[in-house]
Amino acid sequence: MAIWIDQDSKVLVQGLTGKEGSFHAGQCREYGTQIVAGVTPGKGGASQDGVPVFNTVKEAVEETGADCSMILVPPPFAADAIMEAVDGGVPLVVCITEGIPVLDMLRVTEFMKGTKSRLIGPNCPGIISPGKSKIGIMPGPIHKEGPVGCISRSGTLTYEAVGQLSSRDIGQSTCIGIGGDPIIGTGFIDALTAFNEDPETEAVVMIGEIGGSAEEEAADYIKAHFDKPVLGFIAGQTAPPGRRMGHAGAIISQGKGTAREKIEKMREGGVQVVDSPADIGSGMEMILQERV
Amino acid sequence: MKIHEYQAKQILIKHGVKVPQGQVATTAAEAGEIARDLGGKIIAVKAQIHAGGRGKGGGIKLAKSPEEAEEWAGQLLGSKLVTPQTGPEGRVVNRVLIEKGVDIDKEFYLGIVIDRSQQRPVLMASREGGVEIEEVAQRSPELILKEPVHPGVGLQAFQTRKIAFGLGLEGKAVANATRFMSALYQAFESSDASLAEINPLVLTAEGELCALDAKMTFDDSALYRHAEIMEMRDLDEEEPLEIEASHHQLNYIKLDGQVGCMVNGAGLAMATMDIIKLGGASPANFLDVGGGANVEQVKNAFRILLSDENVKAVLINIFGGIMRCDVVAEGVVQAAQDIGVDVPVVVRLAGTNVEQGREILKNSGLDFAVATDMADAARKVSDLTNTEE
Repeated sequence: MAIWIDQDSKVLVQGLTGKEGSFHAGQCREYGTQIVAGVTPGKGGASQDGVPVFNTVKEAVEETGADCSMILVPPPFAADAIMEAVDGGVPLVVCITEGIPVLDMLRVTEFMKGTKSRLIGPNCPGIISPGKSKIGIMPGPIHKEGPVGCISRSGTLTYEAVGQLSSRDIGQSTCIGIGGDPIIGTGFIDALTAFNEDPETEAVVMIGEIGGSAEEEAADYIKAHFDKPVLGFIAGQTAPPGRRMGHAGAIISQGKGTAREKIEKMREGGVQVVDSPADIGSGMEMILQERV
Repeated sequence: MKIHEYQAKQILIKHGVKVPQGQVATTAAEAGEIARDLGGKIIAVKAQIHAGGRGKGGGIKLAKSPEEAEEWAGQLLGSKLVTPQTGPEGRVVNRVLIEKGVDIDKEFYLGIVIDRSQQRPVLMASREGGVEIEEVAQRSPELILKEPVHPGVGLQAFQTRKIAFGLGLEGKAVANATRFMSALYQAFESSDASLAEINPLVLTAEGELCALDAKMTFDDSALYRHAEIMEMRDLDEEEPLEIEASHHQLNYIKLDGQVGCMVNGAGLAMATMDIIKLGGASPANFLDVGGGANVEQVKNAFRILLSDENVKAVLINIFGGIMRCDVVAEGVVQAAQDIGVDVPVVVRLAGTNVEQGREILKNSGLDFAVATDMADAARKVSDLTNTEE
């Protein structure tokens, strides 16, 4: 088992005919993901590397039965693309695009209320259930099938964590990059809730960073409801306040959202937080050994 | 993106937000002339820098005559203003805002920010004007009135009335305040702002509401659709190396440590800064070369981080995904050959094409310290910086 995606997931790609879209769709397919359709308005009827292209998401879903969408369109069009996927009834929408205006995302989250769709991202590497399916831009080969769930606001830092796990022969059930923006679809708590119910997931790595209060809220949730061990790391312990550290959401504003606050709160919630990003793999190894 | 107070007020005026009469000046003579035109008993002379805390730093002066205003402007212009937010090096004042004094009855705080957990803009107000809102939030959060705004329908009249009555306003001041808040929200929304703060908002003796100070910052991701705001960018307020980095699509933030670092991805870049600190050294910068950097960008990144004189060692930490390690290695080698490097460089490569990358470094004939993993990289950097000193 894994959460949200597996070998049966059928993926349509919004922006398939673009440079990014065609490259990453190819990489996903190479990993074993079923890429069933592409959507590029105005290019309906064409095909890209053997994948049929449609004008609208609705059409693509009707024709192919796609149940996931991967969005790789430029930022000015991304909010619209997400809403089109939701309107088309796609249950899982993964938006990779970085740089979507915040007000656009506020409207998107409002639009999604009451619908059955889940959004992962934006500004994220996507989601992978190793050995089954990959919907995103992460390097597939560093992953290994196994018992550890990963949730992270970062891209390459997640690869770092996964690399440390895999090199110790610790595999992953599902890895989710929830995204570095201030307004995102799926949060830590959503992913933790799913991991709690997934019998294959035995422990979770949770990687946060400065800015906002998502880690603090997740810590409260873990304390009250989460039954499995969690290893945590917070990036940005040395970040100066008031500066955006690359990610739009990684900013300590008005004294809030510091790494120290988050680490304290997570430790109170029972998360084993490591100070060094080099200790994620070894920390998880110890957790799993204790459980045996 | 940040802008100056006078620019924020220009935007606010367009949306019908009341601000004191005034104009910006770049010379003392100009300031005197504006003051004479404005008339009135009191003239405010306000230094225009991006950092806050200007009042505490002596950047806001009240003059009783145009001559006095001219004198204050002369003193402020060209001077370095040090406030609690500028750091000890201060900021040079290039412009002053000259404003007609306002007859103040009461002062309030009014602001709009994006609440990330509620996923909505929130209008905030408090009776404690002129005090920083973070201070009020810590001391007595119950004194802050909050109205979340539905992003689809916008700020509603009843919400502005709730705030107006909550602030204790009466009579025609209530209607004036509701109009003021609607106009402020319109300015916020239509410019894709991330913050609009009026502190203090003042109630005049005549029952009018007026933005005595104004601060606005904008969502960088939305600037593509606001050319008029983009033009307000003041490069004098930014670090020259950061400006240069932005021309090469590099995300660089200058810090005050000795270890320059180049990393792909923001999260890994922050984590790399953290591990440098844990090893006993301190990071000289944050630098994210991004996901798809080419040889040219890597070269530029390397050059920019080396032009910081404080840098005693460099740590390159790349986890190749889309970005290939051989491309990074190629860029680093070329940069080192072109610019010449007189500080030790530690390179840690992992992921896509790592073997080819290491091979390129090894065959370059240059003296790179190759680290096997992050812990090893941090250790090597810390050893190097310790022996340097």
